[in-house]
Amino acid sequence: MIAYLIRRLLYALPILLGVNLLTFALFFLVNTPDDMARLHLGVKRVTPDAVEKWKAARGYDKPLFVNARADGLGKVTDTIFFDKSLSMFAFHFGVSDDDRDIANEIKTRMWPSLAIALPTFVIGLMVNVSVALILIFFRRTYVEWSGVVALVALMSVSGLFYIIGGQFLFAKVWQLAPISGYQSGLNAARFVWLPILVGIVGGVGSGARWYRTLFLEEANKDYVRTARAKGLSETAVLFRHILKNGMVPILTGAVAVFPLLFMGSLILESFFGIPGLGSYTINAINSQDFAIVRAMVFLGAVLYIVGLILTDVSYTLVDPRVRLS
Amino acid sequence: MRPVLLWTDGLIFLLVAGLIAFVVLVRRHEHLRAPWRKVAANPVAVAAAIVLLFFTAIAILDSVHFRLALPAGPSGAVHYSPEVKSVLDVLSGPLAEQQEKSYSAPFATHLFSRETVTLPDGRQLRTYPRLRYGGASLHDPERGRSGDILMRTAEGLAGGALVWLMLWLGLKPVYGKAASRRTIANTLLALCLISGFLVALATHYHVFGTDKVGQDVLYITLKSIRTGVLIGALTTLVTLPLSIGLGVSAGYFGGRVDDAVQYLYTTLNAIPGVLLIAAAVLIMQTQLESHPGWFETGTERADLRLLFLCLILGMTSWTGLARLLRGETLKVRELDYVMAARAFGVSDVRILLRHILPNIQHIVLISVVMDFSGLVLAEAVLSYIGVGVDPTMSSFGNMINGARLELAREPVVWWQLAAAFVFMFVLVLSANLFADSVQDAMDPRSRRNA
Repeated sequence: MIAYLIRRLLYALPILLGVNLLTFALFFLVNTPDDMARLHLGVKRVTPDAVEKWKAARGYDKPLFVNARADGLGKVTDTIFFDKSLSMFAFHFGVSDDDRDIANEIKTRMWPSLAIALPTFVIGLMVNVSVALILIFFRRTYVEWSGVVALVALMSVSGLFYIIGGQFLFAKVWQLAPISGYQSGLNAARFVWLPILVGIVGGVGSGARWYRTLFLEEANKDYVRTARAKGLSETAVLFRHILKNGMVPILTGAVAVFPLLFMGSLILESFFGIPGLGSYTINAINSQDFAIVRAMVFLGAVLYIVGLILTDVSYTLVDPRVRLS
Repeated sequence: MRPVLLWTDGLIFLLVAGLIAFVVLVRRHEHLRAPWRKVAANPVAVAAAIVLLFFTAIAILDSVHFRLALPAGPSGAVHYSPEVKSVLDVLSGPLAEQQEKSYSAPFATHLFSRETVTLPDGRQLRTYPRLRYGGASLHDPERGRSGDILMRTAEGLAGGALVWLMLWLGLKPVYGKAASRRTIANTLLALCLISGFLVALATHYHVFGTDKVGQDVLYITLKSIRTGVLIGALTTLVTLPLSIGLGVSAGYFGGRVDDAVQYLYTTLNAIPGVLLIAAAVLIMQTQLESHPGWFETGTERADLRLLFLCLILGMTSWTGLARLLRGETLKVRELDYVMAARAFGVSDVRILLRHILPNIQHIVLISVVMDFSGLVLAEAVLSYIGVGVDPTMSSFGNMINGARLELAREPVVWWQLAAAFVFMFVLVLSANLFADSVQDAMDPRSRRNA
C-alpha cells in the first residue's frame, strides 16, 4: 500500500511539471511579459522605459530559461522559469499585481469557500442519492417517468438562472437572506444558506439523473434478482443490496472531487459576494492578474492529483475485492 | 452587395455538408439505419429533433453574411458599408431598425421610465413618452391596444395554421407513413403557430420588450441562437479529430503512444477547466489586441473571437471522449475479426478504418450530441466571467449578464431574462432529450437496462 502511494506520488511529479510547463508556455512564451506590461499600463502611449520598470518590479525582466550573466547555479535559478514556475512546487506563489502575498490570500480565503462548498457538496450528495433511490423505488410507474422528465428539465436550465432566481425570490421578494456579502464566524450562516440552497437545487438535475443510471445498472444484476426470489421485500432489496453496491462508484466519485472543493465555486461566490477562492479567481481573471491565475491553476492541478490518489485508496476501503499493487 | 464569408460561416457550412454526407452514408447501410429507426420511433426524440432543426435553420440563415454597397461617391468607386448583415437581418425586416430610446415592457406603448417631455406649447412635463414604434399605429393606446393585439394574434395564428397546412401537405413524401407522424404534425403545428404569432405582432409591438439601449429583445434573442448553436457545433469539429485520433491510436498501438496520450490528457484534466479556458481566452485577447490587421470590421473581430473560443473549448474538452475511445479500442482490438485481419497482413491504417472505427462510431455520436447542450450552457457562464464571446456579439450569456443587475430595479425589468431563459431552455432541453434517445438507441449497455 505504502509502496503504491509513493509510486503514485512520483507519477504525479511529471504531471505537475507538465501543468507547469503548459502554463509557463501560455503565460510567458505566447504572451510575453512585454505584452503583460503593455496590457497593464494601457496599450497606447506606453514608453519602453515604463515597460522595463514594470517588468523589473515584478521580476519579469530575467531571461526565460538560462541566465548567461549569472554564475554557477544562478545560471538556472535566476530565471523566470525557475522563479515563477518551479518555485510553485514549494508553494511559493509570489505576489499579485496589487502587491499582496498570494499564498497568504489563499489561506484566508479558503474558509469562506469551504463554508459554501462543503455543505453544498455533502447535502447535495444526500439529496441526489435520495431522489435517485425514490425514482428506482417507483420503477416503471408514472412517478419515475415524470421524475426523470423533471430532472432533464432541471438540468436544461443554465446555472446562472438558479442563482438569479434564488437571489430574486429569497433575497429581494421575501427578504429572507441578504442578497450578497459575508461575515466570518457564526454570523456566516445568515449569508451562506442561500448560496448552498441554490447550489444544491442547481445540481440535482444532472446529479440525481446520473446516480439513477448507476442504481439502475445495479438493479438489473443477478444478485438483485436472487434477493427478490428469496422473498425479500422491495425496500430490503433497495436499501440493503442496491444502495450498498450502488454507493461504491458514487462515493469514490465523490472522493475524486472532494479536494477540489477548496477551490470554491467561481460563479456562486462571485454572485453572492463571498470572499472565497472562487471570487478571488474571477477577480484575477477580470483584472488580468496572471500571477494569481497561474497560482490557482497549479493549486487546482495539485488538488486534482490528490483526488485521483484518494479515489484509488477509497476503492480498497469500500470494495474488498480491489487490491492496490 | 458583396458577400462576406466569415470564418465561422465557412466552418458551419462545412459542418452541414458533413452532416448531409453522414445522412447519405447512413441511408445506404442497413446496419447503420437500424438504430436511427429506433430514434425515429421515439416521439420525444422526433419532437426534439424538429425543434433543434428549427433552431439550426435560424442559425444558418444568420450565417449567410454580406455587406451592402454604399451610394456611389463622386469618384464612382463602390464602397461597402462597414456593417455586416445576414439573411436573418433582412428577413426580420424592421425588427433591427425599430430602436426605442431605452427599456420598454413587452407589448408596451410607452417607455418604461419617466422622462421630461417638452409639449408643443413650451410647457415641460414628466411623463412616460410614447414609443416610436411599439404600438405606433394606435391612435388611443389606452383603449385600442388589447383589441389590436387580439386581432393581430388571431391573424398570426391563422397564418401559422395555413403555413402548417401547406408544410404538412408538402412534406408528405418525407414523413410518408412514419410511426411518429402525429408527433411531427403536432410539433410543426406548435412551431408554426408560435412563429405566426411572433411574425404578426413583432412588426407592430416589441413582443419581448426592449433593452437598455432600446433594441428589440426578440431580435437580440434570435441573433443569440446562432452564437449558441455555433459554439455547440463548431467545438465538436475541433474535438473530434483530436479525441478520435489520439484516443484510438492510444488504444490500438499501446506502449509508448498510449503512455504519451495518457500523460497528455491527465495533464490537461488536472488543470481546472474554467481556468484553462480563461487563461487561453485572456491570451487570445491580448493577441487580437496587438494584431488589428487580422480583421476588417467589428463583426469580423467578434467572429474571430468566437472561432478562437470554439478552438479553445475544443482543445480543453477532447479528453473525456479520448479516454472513452481508448478504452473501447482496447476491447475491440482483441476481437477475433481484428486478429484475423492482422493475420492476413492487413495494414494498420486499413484495420483502423475498416474494423475499429465503424465499431466505435456510436460512442463518438453519443458524445457529440451529449456535449452540445453542455457547451450551450457553458457559453453563458463563460460570458458572465468575461471570457466568453465578444461583448458586442449577441449571445445568451451576454443577454443574461446585461439583464441581471436590472432585477434590482423597481418595478423589475424581467423581460430580457425571460426571453433568454425561454429560448435557451427550449434549445438545451431539446438537445438533452434528443441526446438521451440517441444514447438509448445506440448504446448496447443502456438498451439492456431499459
